[in-house]
Amino acid sequence: MKAIRQAGRPRQELFRRYGMLLVLVVMVFLASMLSDRFLTASNLLNVTRQVTINAILAAGMTIVIISGGIDLSIGSVVAISGALGAGLMATGAGWAAGVLVTLLVGLALGITNGLFIAYGQLPPFIVTLATMALARGFTQVYTGGRAITVTSQTFQWFGHGYVGSIPVPVIIMIIIYILGYFFFKRTKLGRLVYAVGGNEHACRMAGIRVNRVKVAIYGINGLLAGLVGVILTARLFSAQPTAGVAYEMDAIAAVILGGTSLSGGRGNIGGTIVGALIIGVLGNVFNLMDVSPFYQDVAKGLVILVAVLLDRLLHAGGGSLRRGVSSGADQAKSA
Amino acid sequence: MAKKLPDADGYVVRMKGITKAFPGVLALDGVDFQIKAGEVHALIGENGAGKSTLSKILTGVYTKDAGEIEVRGQSVEIQNPLDAQRLGIRIIHQEFNLISHMSIMENMFLETLGHKPWGLVSYLEMRKKAKEVLESLGLDVSPDRLVRELSVGEQQTVEIAAALSKDADVIIMDEPTAALTDAEVERLFEIINRLRSQGTAIVYISHKLEEIMAIADRATILRDGRLIATKPISELTRDQIVHMMVGRPLHNMYVRSRTPSQEVVLEVENLSVPGKVKEASIIARKGEVVGLTGLMGAGQHSLLRAIFGAEPGTTGTIRLRGREVTITSPWDAIRSGIGLLTENRKEEGLILPLSVMFNISLASMEKVTNMGIIDHKQERRQAVDYLEQLDIRTPSVDQQVEYLSGGNQQKVVLAKWLATEPEIILMSEPTRGIDVGAKAEVYRLIDELAAQGKVVVVVSSELPEVINLSDRIYVMHEGRIAAELDAAQTTQEEIGMYGTGGKYYEGN
Ligand SMILES: Nc1ncnc2c1ncn2[C@@H]1O[C@H](COP(=O)(O)OP(=O)(O)OP(=O)(O)O)[C@@H](O)[C@H]1O
Ligand SMILES: [Mg+2]
Repeated sequence: MKAIRQAGRPRQELFRRYGMLLVLVVMVFLASMLSDRFLTASNLLNVTRQVTINAILAAGMTIVIISGGIDLSIGSVVAISGALGAGLMATGAGWAAGVLVTLLVGLALGITNGLFIAYGQLPPFIVTLATMALARGFTQVYTGGRAITVTSQTFQWFGHGYVGSIPVPVIIMIIIYILGYFFFKRTKLGRLVYAVGGNEHACRMAGIRVNRVKVAIYGINGLLAGLVGVILTARLFSAQPTAGVAYEMDAIAAVILGGTSLSGGRGNIGGTIVGALIIGVLGNVFNLMDVSPFYQDVAKGLVILVAVLLDRLLHAGGGSLRRGVSSGADQAKSA
Repeated sequence: MAKKLPDADGYVVRMKGITKAFPGVLALDGVDFQIKAGEVHALIGENGAGKSTLSKILTGVYTKDAGEIEVRGQSVEIQNPLDAQRLGIRIIHQEFNLISHMSIMENMFLETLGHKPWGLVSYLEMRKKAKEVLESLGLDVSPDRLVRELSVGEQQTVEIAAALSKDADVIIMDEPTAALTDAEVERLFEIINRLRSQGTAIVYISHKLEEIMAIADRATILRDGRLIATKPISELTRDQIVHMMVGRPLHNMYVRSRTPSQEVVLEVENLSVPGKVKEASIIARKGEVVGLTGLMGAGQHSLLRAIFGAEPGTTGTIRLRGREVTITSPWDAIRSGIGLLTENRKEEGLILPLSVMFNISLASMEKVTNMGIIDHKQERRQAVDYLEQLDIRTPSVDQQVEYLSGGNQQKVVLAKWLATEPEIILMSEPTRGIDVGAKAEVYRLIDELAAQGKVVVVVSSELPEVINLSDRIYVMHEGRIAAELDAAQTTQEEIGMYGTGGKYYEGN
């Protein structure tokens, strides 16, 4: 009896850590049963390529959410950074200038978000909601509602090129995740992301300059949105005024599926890539089976709900009635 | 409500062979524990001995791995807190369980809130009842006040009030006095006496042995999750209890190897914090331990925070070795060589979801990082060193700090500040919630820091501690420094007199 109980907890722990990986494996298995086209090399490469954009955005979102924040603006930032970069190239500037400007616009907008959140002491939800609207509106104004075509072949390489047999965006994604792993594991800033999300007040009392940390976090997130701006523009041969709409939702979904807690301080980037792959595989299976995109959204919503519910059940063990109430209330407060 | 009857031998609760394991720790190993109706039963043991775990099993917060529980002679399974409440068992948790943005009375009647028809609640009735209970505890605040506006001591009182506002046959108090002043403790004791005479059983968990000797009828001592003894308190001496707790006799609580010099290191002049501190001036010399005390809310904690740059609106001058410094944030303070061990570890001291190791290095990241890259080996070595030095009980340095016992959490906070190697270390209630053995260890450490030429300023509401630990003592009253006393000469009575506004102090 005793032995069983003792073994029970680590098993739960194991499931908590690798549960979503298991879900992914099961989904891949089911997908290969449902469609014999799923497990072909070209389709798998296709899935991975489709996943890249969301995965890169979700990597940044992981940082933001672990720090206890949220960023709703990234979809719009993707659009405006891509549009300004493409606009610059349309005036005759080279591909390098285009890439640089796209990245810098993303970085600048991220930093602006961070400054308002940190020094203005405003809720991230509100600040990034405002940025989301502003950046989208500005994109529409700037482009006049029309796509800006990019002709530079070198620039297009970021969306269509290959290194060996691997698409460039996939390579970029892999690099981002390796860097992300290193960021959380080894860097001081990565550590502080967890610390600030876990207890901001205690951080301040320990002499951590929380405001700077926040600006850095949103800056990194903006930079990654800029990077996606480059990839997406390259992929579509143009900057589209409606590029990136609702991308923030998929990114947040991937992070949550990956087991990162919305209340901050807990989570890991390894889970996020799994979350992004789950969303990607789901979309791909539906495409292969010719299911309407409308149903895809419904299914995505359901998967997220189930995943979060599962997570909640696993985390719930051993809390008192009061504690249950209070943690719920605290979450409401921080949201 | 009429009390339900205990079993034939007068026991309300019998716990037999209780065992509970957490990953890496056997928190309880076959513990027997019986509670009689109308007794105050002390539960004693070192930090991490399993006291809170045992109470949490009885109140359904944790479920036991093995063992049996009988309540009033009947075998029961307590699966959740609601089961325990139905059996008339209540607990005042060691860690506050209050919802900070709700009012005092809402917190007190939280569970009843859910049971009203249509979810309607009579605030009038609630306010009246809350006021009664609060007054009986001597807390004169409006029940409408938000919990987050209260001091730690007041919050503790609300926590007690919440448990008392419902009928119970057994009330477990897990370190209820850790944050209370003497007067409040006295009031709590009156209430305990009243409950006892009404036949309520009280389980009293505390590291303050004086209190236990004063109030308990029987005592159960735990060590490393095992039962050592259950005896009437009349058959025990303080030294015997300590011996059973720690497993060896403990002689000198206080050591003095330091010799304070004349060199003034810290000068604080006319420091004011709006509404809290009024023109306080103190000095501290190299190698000196300075005590700072007063009634709850007299401003001693705010004064420390103000020196540390953590009180907005602070005015006044701070000089370090004669040079004026500007400190407007904890970061400034740390860079000037000042550290502050805050009084409430959960809110300000710890990042609960992070590991023991991360928490220890948090305030001195530059020591374990190189150009922004963490040196894991160095960090681990440092954490392991402090684990040994402070005898922190944890399965490993990678354990999340929220799973440590209260006292061990306190030691982690201490380790964090020691790791910053401050010149001046300010401590707010450094021994809150830690066991006698660890207290002796902290006292020794404070002495050692002073002997190394550091300056230690300690705020403590425990007068014997202040007197024995310090070289000089400042007593505060209503935000002002009311007296400066020589620790070797003064008495508790003298401190008490100045602390209650007996006489104002006029310069040296
Ligand atoms: N939820 C948990 N998960 C893992 N370990 C735990 C948990 N709760 C308690 N422990 C461990 O069980 C042991 C007993 O802890 P407990 O809180 O009962 O100690 P305690 O006697 O109340 O100590 P203190 O005087 O410091 O409050 C400790 O080693 C602690 O680290
Ligand atoms: Mg405890």
